[in-house]
Amino acid sequence: MDLSRAQISGTGIPVRGNDIDTDRIIPARFMKCVTFEGLGEYAFHDERFAEDGSAKDHSFNDERYRNGNILIVNKNFGCGSSREHAPQSLNRFGITAVIGESFAEIFAGNCAVMGIPAVRATENDVQQLMSGVEKDPSVDVAIDLEEQAVRFGTEQFAVTLPDSARKALISGTWDTTAMLLANDAAIAATAARIPYMVDFAVSKS
Amino acid sequence: MRANLFNKIWDLHTVGQLSSGQDQLFIGLHLVHEVTSPQAFQMLKERDLAVRHPERTFATVDHIVPTSTQTRPFADALAEKMMQAIEKNADEHDISFFGLDSQNQGIVHVIGPELGLTQPGMTIACGDSHTSTHGAFGAIAFGIGTSQVRDVLVSQTLAMSRPRVRRISIDGALGQGVYSKDVILRIIAELGVNGGIGYAYEFSGTAIRAMNMEARMSICNMSIEGGARVGYINPDDVTFEYLDGRPYAPKDMARATAFWQSIASDDDADYDDIVVFDADTIEPMVTWGINPGQAVGVTKTTPEIAALPNEERETAEQAYRHMDLEEAQPVGGIPIDVAFIGSCTNSRITDLREAAHIARGRRVANGVKALVVPGSRQVHRQAVEEGLDKIFTDAGFEWRAAGCSMCLAMNPDQLQGREICASSSNRNFIGRQGSPTGRTMLMSPAMVAAAAVKGEITDVRELQ
Repeated sequence: MDLSRAQISGTGIPVRGNDIDTDRIIPARFMKCVTFEGLGEYAFHDERFAEDGSAKDHSFNDERYRNGNILIVNKNFGCGSSREHAPQSLNRFGITAVIGESFAEIFAGNCAVMGIPAVRATENDVQQLMSGVEKDPSVDVAIDLEEQAVRFGTEQFAVTLPDSARKALISGTWDTTAMLLANDAAIAATAARIPYMVDFAVSKS
Repeated sequence: MRANLFNKIWDLHTVGQLSSGQDQLFIGLHLVHEVTSPQAFQMLKERDLAVRHPERTFATVDHIVPTSTQTRPFADALAEKMMQAIEKNADEHDISFFGLDSQNQGIVHVIGPELGLTQPGMTIACGDSHTSTHGAFGAIAFGIGTSQVRDVLVSQTLAMSRPRVRRISIDGALGQGVYSKDVILRIIAELGVNGGIGYAYEFSGTAIRAMNMEARMSICNMSIEGGARVGYINPDDVTFEYLDGRPYAPKDMARATAFWQSIASDDDADYDDIVVFDADTIEPMVTWGINPGQAVGVTKTTPEIAALPNEERETAEQAYRHMDLEEAQPVGGIPIDVAFIGSCTNSRITDLREAAHIARGRRVANGVKALVVPGSRQVHRQAVEEGLDKIFTDAGFEWRAAGCSMCLAMNPDQLQGREICASSSNRNFIGRQGSPTGRTMLMSPAMVAAAAVKGEITDVRELQ
């Protein structure tokens, strides 16, 4: 399986608003589960459906964006709770990359270890992309992590992401476990120099 | 030496640099709860991996536990399934588990400190954003996602990028009726909900030094609401005295204290940024909106949209629609339906004492539902010993068993419909307390008690 995420293309799906927290992305009541499977249908649930179950005006309900895989957002997206259920639900809904003005740190970290690029662009570029996609939802959107650029239609703009995430996504090494376990001896050596692990370690009372 | 605590601890715990450029960071204490761990244990099973340091891993249940009746099986089959999953996972991997049959069960960020598990100089991770709480002891503590829970379980390490450090100094003395909750709400209101992204916050200054450990924890707890994944306070005698004699605290306190003192920030330490607040100017704070940065002093009015920076206007408009409040409306006098005292921010014994001081001899206003939910069984026991439960129930508050309760919508304690709640918790996000149309106003526990007995947002200083 090719794990590289160097290039991601498809179509966009804009969700406007600053400070969209993870409680809004996946309300807590849907986290009563022991697997992430099935979370896709609850993405943005309370923003998409009224309490009587009727659909509200939201781009995740909008037929025009039905095939959209690149989520486009504004500032501080994914703030609040650390729940990985948030990017997991977006991913299971069909989202494979996010373009935004800025991201909350834990959310961005969760995306990185799931192999989902979360790239930053200027306010102006995000506005143009959102407007472009709203005008023509079928316009091709492509993220190129090598070039650190997004292309849509005939337009192109620069994006940024932490260098560590960029390298890992390009090389396909975003699943960190194997990389961490490879340093077994160094982990043991580190533990052996930490005073509370050695000098005054406490066993179970 | 010009190092701050953050960089000293980070350096001590760095295993090496990864090919990604990130640091591999050793994690000294891993706390686990029922909501964000089952998928991680499943990943271990799929990859046939074991827990590397079960003796550094501790689990409890808090998010899903009912606070009225806790008999098993739970009425909620989904909650019962999660409960069984963590019991089984802790048992299979030989992890210490403080379940419902333990006298030490409680909110993970309350029991870590009170058991003495949380100590200065540690790196602490947990699948919960409010892990920053433990920074009050001079530890680097932060929330992680479930895939990272997996990484800590199997390697006791994480791939992390070192953040910058911002020192936030609170100088002077807090006025009567002003608590650490008001300090952190003011900080977030000034620096913004995203102002701390990429930073660890060091809280210092005379007002911080004068605080007990419980008050310090409330401040560090809400660092994440200001965007900072880590918040910490340098350890001092208050810290060492708190830890002395606790079940998991070091027996050789002299040796431990020498290490703890050595990791505190040097007097002339370097910081990437420094911000100073004057404690005298901090009022009891109340949120009026849909994020914790939308807060004002209780004597003030809600802001006029035209007076806000451009980038805050849209969220403010949305907040006024959701909250059904108006611009330039005094926050004092806004009627409430529910009063909630609890959560990992404010459910410790000092929080309950402050709230009980206001509730004593008064009655919860007609039509207001008020609950007090201690953060742990230990807090519960101590409050009963001090007679606080009696003060609350005499005043018409419900006195509950330990858990996360109405802070988030994962157990039976939830807002109904459009109810508006004065809450000592940490998030006023839309839908956070269980009703998609419910409304939350954050404040200190004493302010919640004042709102409960008056039936409306009230300046607690009028009741002291």
